[in-house]
Amino acid sequence: MPAPAQRRIIFKHIGAPGYTNDLACYVQHGGYEMLRKAITMQPAAIIDEVKKSGLRGRGGAGFPCGVKWGLVDRKSGKPIYLVVNADESEPGTFKDRYIMHDDPHQLIEGIMISAWANNVKQAYIYIRGEMPHGARILEKAIADARAANFVGPKILGTDYGCEIYVHRGAGAYICGEETGLIESLEGKRPYPRIKPPYFPAVLGLYQCPTIVNNVETLCHVKHIVEMGGDNYAKIGTPNNTGTRILCVSGHVQKPGYFEYEVGKITMGELLNEVCGGPLPGRTFKAVIPGGSSAKVLRFGETFTLKNKDGSSRTLTVEDIPMDFDTLAACGTMGGSGGVIVMDDSVNMVEALANINAFYAHESCGQCTPCREGSLWMKKITNRMVHENARAEDGQLLKSVADQIAGRTICAFGEACSWPTQSFVAKFGDEFKGYADAKKTAKPAGALDLV
Amino acid sequence: MASAISSSMNLKPATLTRIDELITHYPVKRSAVLMLLHAIQEDVGFISNEAIEWVAAKLELQPINVYEVVTFYPMFRQKPIGRRHIKVCRTLSCALLGGYKTCATFEQEFNTHRGEISPDGEVTIEFVECLASCGTAPVVMIDDDLHENVDGAKAKKLSDQIKAEASARR
Ligand SMILES: Cc1cc2nc3c(=O)[nH]c(=O)nc-3n(C[C@H](O)[C@H](O)[C@H](O)COP(=O)(O)O)c2cc1C
Ligand code: SF4
Ligand code: FES
Repeated sequence: MPAPAQRRIIFKHIGAPGYTNDLACYVQHGGYEMLRKAITMQPAAIIDEVKKSGLRGRGGAGFPCGVKWGLVDRKSGKPIYLVVNADESEPGTFKDRYIMHDDPHQLIEGIMISAWANNVKQAYIYIRGEMPHGARILEKAIADARAANFVGPKILGTDYGCEIYVHRGAGAYICGEETGLIESLEGKRPYPRIKPPYFPAVLGLYQCPTIVNNVETLCHVKHIVEMGGDNYAKIGTPNNTGTRILCVSGHVQKPGYFEYEVGKITMGELLNEVCGGPLPGRTFKAVIPGGSSAKVLRFGETFTLKNKDGSSRTLTVEDIPMDFDTLAACGTMGGSGGVIVMDDSVNMVEALANINAFYAHESCGQCTPCREGSLWMKKITNRMVHENARAEDGQLLKSVADQIAGRTICAFGEACSWPTQSFVAKFGDEFKGYADAKKTAKPAGALDLV
Repeated sequence: MASAISSSMNLKPATLTRIDELITHYPVKRSAVLMLLHAIQEDVGFISNEAIEWVAAKLELQPINVYEVVTFYPMFRQKPIGRRHIKVCRTLSCALLGGYKTCATFEQEFNTHRGEISPDGEVTIEFVECLASCGTAPVVMIDDDLHENVDGAKAKKLSDQIKAEASARR
């Protein structure tokens, strides 16, 4: 059976010949009509539509967007801020990049609708520092939208106004964590804040109520206004509504981004049909389904899951639908939509060493278990690769990882321990036998990973 | 202290205008720290102690408030680098398709090591973490521009281009 067709809503125009990122092109394609529509609706009605849509955050945690908006403290008398998380730095994730570079007005329209719905007068786009062109494109797009009265004071002849400014990060992954991002936006080191009490919806930017949403999430809002929450909720699968962009990288024939109804395509269809299968002469070995923090899946393992009626079903990795809930039930997560594929040329100790180097570099250092744990996990896997490996190193790694999660200020603690926990649990033999494996010649074409 | 610092720090007039505009984006001046540091680094190449004190004075902060930002964020540097900045992605998706080899090729081409200025002063090569373009791995940024699918051969070609530009200039 061929894989289902893509359903391009967010990426409808991105990559299409002749489509440019300027205002005229966007307006020609019906741009800003949904802002015109939204501004005639009551803000509460828009929030209701977003709730009905079931839209879940596309930044990593999958938290329902309408529920998040419902938590905002609207009685404090303080201004409400909207902060767009455009830090896109979870390894394996590359979707917001294309939205911002190739269709910036779609994001700006989504921001303005969300701002109107939440009585926001000031929005910031926090874009990672390594996208200087993206920042310039957004600045120009905002200026053009402002000149056309879609952004700024008294938009579209109403008394409502909202400004958008672009704020650039400077190369630190932890700025993607929403409270770290807020600290960074306040001009400080991006040390995440402890929750409670610092839930952004109550005590966010400048201690004011703040909504932090991912770029892709805010783009979906525009389409929810267009089709209505109930109709949007019919796309995808129950509790996993809408479309999402899956970013596939690593060892497949045709990597890239693909937009599908959530849960309507399986891992097997995605990798074998859409991405053309493994590289010549190779077989798939492992896949990380939702950004490098997500727990790894081993091809060949199976998952027995409970059905609603009490019966159970058994899935292979290839059978897993790419949604939030099934991936969670299989012990991993849909996360940021970044699917990283490894074939049989990869040694899993070396792959983990690569990942551990990332987390050791990116820990902000506030919490001892995370700062020390991420560093020691890196040191151990580095030693295994570059010096001597011991049979018990897998257990040592596990014991370090097990002491981090749940003992830290932010979810980076989990993010840095899940790779080690899952690699060791699923590829334990490779860790045990690594010393011997190093003595034999590497398969042809194997590359340094660390 | 601020009085000891030249009022414009020899920044280009356009940079000074931009800085004054950036500060208006925020209800709290301190928020502008990162944007000001970017503007200064783009203009003069790195963040000097003088720049740290200048930004602090400009935003009514203590120099330590700026210094702690400069020292935390990987993109800010306190020393000059080579004429071109080559950033090679080190993270998994790029490594799986040869990112380490790409980096080694650049190092050989310019007879240098990561983090150093090449002997001819043309480049500084660095490993950076995931650049959010994993689908076109391995990727490299040269100054502001992203280069995709940079295998060893393409790294050689890009190096040749940089060298050609350098000799045309000399
Ligand atoms: C360590 C860490 C890094 C994160 N990086 C990003 C990121 O780069 N982009 C993003 O949108 N969300 C990131 N998040 C998730 C944000 O904290 C937050 O949940 C998200 O921006 C909320 O938006 P959403 O509900 O629209 O997904 C990260 C979280 C953690 C713990
Ligand atoms: S868990 Fe790690 S990244 Fe998060 S606040 Fe603590 S030290 Fe920083
Ligand atoms: S791993 Fe290199 S761009 Fe993501």
